[in-house]
Formats: sequence, C-alpha cells, structure tokens
Amino acid sequence: MLVYTLKRLFAGVITVWFIATATFIAMHQVPGDPLMNDKAVSAEIRANLEAKYGLDKPVTEQYFIFLGNMLSGDFGISFTQQNRRVNDIIRDHFPISAILGLLAIFFAATGGVLWGALTAIYRNRLPDIVIMFLVILGISVPSFVFAALGQLFLVNLNSLFGQSIIPVAGWGTIWHMLMPSMVLGLGTMALLTRLMRSSMLEVVNEDYIKTARAKGLSPTRIFFRHQLRNAILPVITVLGPQIAAITTGGFVVELVFAIPGLGRYFVQAVQQLDYTVIMGTTVFYGAFLVLMVIIVDILYGFIDPRVRLS
Amino acid sequence: MKISLPKFFLPFSLAYCLGAQASDAVDFESQTLTIALTQEPPQLNSAKATDQVSGTVLGHLMQGLVRYDRRGNVIPGVAERWEMDEKTATFWLREDAKWSDGRPVTAHDFVFAWQRVVDPKTASEYAFILAPIKNAAEINEGKLPVTQLGAVALDDRTLQVSLARPTAYFVKLTVFNTFYPIRQDFFESRGDQYAAEAKDLLYNGPFKLTEWTHSASLKMVKNEHYWDSENISLNAIHADYITADTRARLNLYTDGKIAFTRLDGETYKDALSQRFRIRRFTTGSTFFLEYNHRPGKPTGNRNLRKAIQSVFDPDEMVNRVLATPGNLRGESLFPVWIKGVKDKFRKEYPAPQAGYNIKEAKRYLELAVKELGSIPPLVLLVSDSPTATKQGEYIQGVLLNKLGIELKIDVQTFKQRLAKMTSGEFDIVGAGWGPDFDDILTFGDLFASWNMNNRGRYNNPEYDRLVRLTMNSTDPKTRMDAMGKAQQILFDDAVVLPQYEQGVIYLLNPKIKGVARRVIGPDPDFTYARIVP
Repeated sequence: MLVYTLKRLFAGVITVWFIATATFIAMHQVPGDPLMNDKAVSAEIRANLEAKYGLDKPVTEQYFIFLGNMLSGDFGISFTQQNRRVNDIIRDHFPISAILGLLAIFFAATGGVLWGALTAIYRNRLPDIVIMFLVILGISVPSFVFAALGQLFLVNLNSLFGQSIIPVAGWGTIWHMLMPSMVLGLGTMALLTRLMRSSMLEVVNEDYIKTARAKGLSPTRIFFRHQLRNAILPVITVLGPQIAAITTGGFVVELVFAIPGLGRYFVQAVQQLDYTVIMGTTVFYGAFLVLMVIIVDILYGFIDPRVRLS
Repeated sequence: MKISLPKFFLPFSLAYCLGAQASDAVDFESQTLTIALTQEPPQLNSAKATDQVSGTVLGHLMQGLVRYDRRGNVIPGVAERWEMDEKTATFWLREDAKWSDGRPVTAHDFVFAWQRVVDPKTASEYAFILAPIKNAAEINEGKLPVTQLGAVALDDRTLQVSLARPTAYFVKLTVFNTFYPIRQDFFESRGDQYAAEAKDLLYNGPFKLTEWTHSASLKMVKNEHYWDSENISLNAIHADYITADTRARLNLYTDGKIAFTRLDGETYKDALSQRFRIRRFTTGSTFFLEYNHRPGKPTGNRNLRKAIQSVFDPDEMVNRVLATPGNLRGESLFPVWIKGVKDKFRKEYPAPQAGYNIKEAKRYLELAVKELGSIPPLVLLVSDSPTATKQGEYIQGVLLNKLGIELKIDVQTFKQRLAKMTSGEFDIVGAGWGPDFDDILTFGDLFASWNMNNRGRYNNPEYDRLVRLTMNSTDPKTRMDAMGKAQQILFDDAVVLPQYEQGVIYLLNPKIKGVARRVIGPDPDFTYARIVP
C-alpha cells in the first residue's frame, strides 16, 4: 500500500509539472500584451514594468525562473493588482471556493446517490421517468440559468414575506451559502444520479444479490450492505475530479451571487492576460485535482479490497 | 506557500457561518449607505490607479489640492487659495487639513507623491498627466533625477509649482487622483504592501477605509480628522457586494440591499416592469470609429472615409442599435459638456454635420475607387462586449447595403484588441474616449501626431499646430478658436466617425439625496449625500 501510494504521488508531481509547462507555453502563445492598458505608456515605463515582471528576459529563461519560484512556493505578484501577491490571492479566496464546493458536493452526492438508487428501484415506472427527466434538464441547462433563476426565486421569496428571509447575494453566513451551493451542485447531482442508476441496475442482477435474497436477508440489509456498497464505487471514482471541478468551476455562480471565491480570479486572469495569476491558479488547481484523484485511488483500496491486491 | 491554519479554517467555523445578517440599502438612524461595486478596485495607490472603480473609491477617501463641489465646479480642497501665472502656480494649504492619524497634510506630502508618480521606477501609467510640471516628462524618461521635479515645498503649508509651459487648466488638473498627496514616512513603512489592505493606506478625505475584504466588501466610514467633516452627513458607505453581473445587482436593489445600480439594455426592461424610477446620466465619454491612417491602408484614403461619413446616420445608431435611453447622437469628438469661452464649446462652435447623403457618398466612393483601384474588404476591430458586436454588425450592414463595401468584423478580447490597435492590424476600430480633466485638451490632443493613444497614427501638421497653440496659450478665446478649427479638420478630413455620446441609466434609492454624478472624477460621488427618513 505504501509503495502504491508513493508511486501515485510521484506520478502526481510529474503531472503537475506537465500542467505547469503546458499552461506556460499556451499562455505565451495567446496574442495580446499583458502590460498593455487603455492608456498608452512611454517606452521607459514599459521597460520598467517588463523588468518588474521579468518579461525583459527570453521566454526560456522566464520559464526556468518560474519553475524555481514555483518550487519555493512563490507565484509572484499579480499584473492587475500590482501590490498583491498571487499566494495571498489563493490564500484569501480558495477557502471560500472550497467551502462552497464542499457544500455543493454534499448536496450533489447525497442527492445523486439517493435519487439514483430510487430510480433503479422504480425502474421504468413513474418516479423513474420524472426523476430522469429532471436529470436530463440538470445536465443540459447551464449553471448560469439556474443561478439567475435561483436568485430570482429568492427575490420573490423575500418580497412575499416582506423581509429578507434568505440573502439574495453576498457572502458571510450559512444563509448566503444555501442557494449558490445548491445551484453549483445541481449539474453534478444530475450526473451522479444517472451514474448511480446504471450501476445500481447492474448490481441488482448480480448473482450475489440473488444469493442474498435466497438466504432470506431482509430487503433493507440487501439494499445497504450489498447493493449500495457495490454500486457506489463508480460514484466515488468521479467524486474526486468532481470536487476539483466544482471548486474551480464556480465562476458564474460566484459572479451572480457576488461571492469572493477563487473561481473569479481563475477566469478573469485569462481574460486580462494576468500571467502570474494564470500560472498560480492553474498550478494550484492542477495540483488540487491531481491530489483528489490520488485520494480517490487510495480510498478505493478501503472500499474494495480487490483494488489493493492488484 | 504559507497558509496560517486559523485563517484558512475561519470560513468553516460555526460562528462565522451564523454571523449577522447584511444591512439594508439605506439606514436613516445611522446614516449608512450600502452599495455594490462592479469589480474589486485593482489599485488604491493613488499614484498608480488608472481605472474607474479605483478612482471612485479613492475619490471618497482622499482629497487633492482642490475638489469638486456638488455641481462639478472646482473649489478649494486641501489648498485654501492659490495663485497662478504663466510660469508658476503657488498653493497655500489650509491649516486644519489632516491625515486619518491626526497629523497635518503638508506641502511635502504633495511633492513626495508627485515625485513617486513621475519616477520611472513607479511605472505609473498616468505619469503623463503631470507633464505640465517642469521636468516631469524628462524625469519620467529617466533623463533627470526625481529631485529635479518643478514642485517644491517652500514651507509646510506653501507648495510652489514651476510649469513647463503656460497651462491654463493646471489647477483643474490637481483634482485628479494622480495628484493626491502621499506621506513619505507612511509610504516607506509599508513598502510593496502600500495600499494593498485597508491598514496599508492613509486617508485625508471625507471617509476612511476601515475594512477591505478582497473581492467581497469595502467599508468606508466618516473620517473624523477630515477638515470639513461637519459638512459630511453620511456616517458610513458600505460596498458590501462586488459583482459585474447587472442582473444580480438589480436583484439586490429589488431586495432592498443596495441603494444604487446601473442598468443595461437587458435589465432596463425588468426595471421598467417593476415601475422603478429610472434616471439617466450622460457620462461625458464619446464613442467613435477610428480609421487606420497608416500608409498603405485603404482607410488612409480621404475619399473612402468621406464616403462612409456620408452614409452614417448617428440617429439610427442611438435609437435603433443602442436603444437604451440617455445616449446622445455622435456629432463631434468633443462632447456637449466641454466648456468653451463663456458657454459650452459645442454651442459656440457647432459641430459640422455631414447628414445622410447617398449622392455625395457615391461621388466620394467613385473617387476612392479611382485612387485605390478597388476597395478591398475592410477589417473592423471591436471588443468582445455584446454592444460592440451589435454596433459592428450595424456598420457592416450600412457599408454593404449603401456602398457595397465588404466589412469583416474582428472581435477581440480587451488585451488582444489593444495589441492590434497598437500594432495597426485594423482598418477601422471601434473606440471611445473619456475625459481625465476638465479642459478641452483632454479630448483635443488625442489626434496629435505625438499622442501614443492616436492608434490610427493620424498625422496632420496643421492639427498638431492647433493643439500646440491650445496647450501653450492661456487666453480662452485663442484656445477655443484653435479647437474649433481642429473640430473642423476632424470633420473635413473624416479623421474619426463620431457614433454616440455615452449615456447610462440607473436606479437610485429615493431616500438618498445629494448624490453627484460627474463626467470627470469619482462617479457616482456620495460625499455630500444624506439619507432622509
């Protein structure tokens, strides 16, 4: 198990290095000039800015300087906020994206497993059809539509009661987090429901379920001990990457609900060609995603002993 | 990366989650106002700030030598009086002007701040605005040390500025945030961190920043050390929400959480249906199509530009394409609010109009075809905003239907568009210009051959001469006559095609009085606002 973990970790480091390199190359290929703004500046000012951000050096040299700084955990200073360090940006805003993402995943996972199991049990009957219709809706409708609808719902709810029951936007209390995390988790919930349904259906026809039934085990025991535990494996597989995707993919939700998360920086940095923030957030999120995948791999070993043996 | 554990887990803690509910848009008792910002202020270091949001926030926190009153007139600020001739400007500072730590604002603070701005090491994009001060340009180019700047503190309360050239509008310039004071000892104690957090900035304006949660909120409270604080009614301005989403801001307004929000074409209809009172305001910026005058470009041909000028209908642009209230038809590079000799410039020097004239257009087009051989497809460079694309498609239709000229629309993001504008990879570009200071030159020098913001590289010695004349003269009549002629050249030569003067529509909580909307300076300005019961 230890060797297995170490191997996975080493592969992870290589992956992160690859992500960093690919991003660096891609970023420098994007046309446009990170130092250019509305007002044109003199050659001297430009030279000073280039020196400040190390853009006066050849690109290969910039790359090695970046790698060196990355190893020491320093991503430099933002181009758009010239007195803020990228490390501070990640430190200030990632926890907010993380808590939003974790809540969303909580909604998505409980909902997905529950609905999925339900549809499998009621296969081809009314509950199945209704839920699967909603699932298709959840997968195909983009999150900004749900975000706008969700917010509008809150506005109407509050005006119905004549006072603020649930805040419409902003961040700070648990009430602020409810609607955005549900909206954020909706797509994943739909995905997990479908996954759970198909894997449940597979399990239902397995021999060991028949054996369990023949032994006279109670349906509840069969459901929880045998069906659910076996069917949940694929769900856990996608859960890791989904956690990473949800904590990074919250840009629209963060915008609509005025949440100070890292997702906004992640997207806006690309639009503004903020080199240091692009590199910082991409490498950070890349490492986070890789870590999540590794954790899932290790978790697998606990849930399914067969994985540990191979 | 250093992450302190307590700080990381703070958002997860129960107490944090169950904290107090957000305050209402307006509160009469505490005279507190809550608003939303469209983005996090990128830079609160006054020497380096360039954008609208930072400028507006800074305008409430700092004060320069002079300030704007409610109506936008320049009145004494930190300076109680001043004298100016063609060579020098002298400012006498008031005794009771204080920083938020209680220490007096001195002439040295201005000298220090201005030296930082022109210091090439600071790399301030707005260094150019100090150019009327003697040696400022040379210092900025690294040819002279900063100590040579023509601004000296004769004593703590007297600031003497030597001018590089006679500058009629120098006092008006000093309202701008680049001219705000910075105190040396404080600046140096903060180093790179200066203005990065609320505690890393010192305030001398009506309000001070007590709390700044990045991308989330800024809390501004009344600065008790401000010299005129008895005339400030508001106790606090809370910018509790930061989002660029206009619909989200409209929802916050409807929910009674914010007191002010700007509308766009989409949210306008919703606001109408909710029967809100919609207010309008002309921002003072003009939008125009700028041609590429570089040699070898088809748009370098005057007859081609004149042909386009003769088929463009600014009324259709404002009423059919933009279709939100508040926009004015584009007639000139100079907006309607610019002051002339006694009245508004545009009243004294009416802008020449082409009017829609298809016959003229065809005649010009024939001449252009003769000179160019044939008209190749033109490239129109626009930004990636929905409005810009819509306008581009309208222009495309006009050129094709009326003149048979093919136009390709090149949609680019902000930085890419700027890069292409600078390198000249366009025939026509959708551009706009907003004023930096209250003088006609803030628009007038845009098409001078030396101006780096003249992206189409228009080069006309006569235009340059008129700009120089306006720069160096202090006689209003001479200056306005010159700019009147410049306006005529811009039309005769079809240097640019004015499209519209930007108007905005917005909602304002009816319980707030005294909010100033400004074409220059912090906008909206809540400094003199008060909340009525």
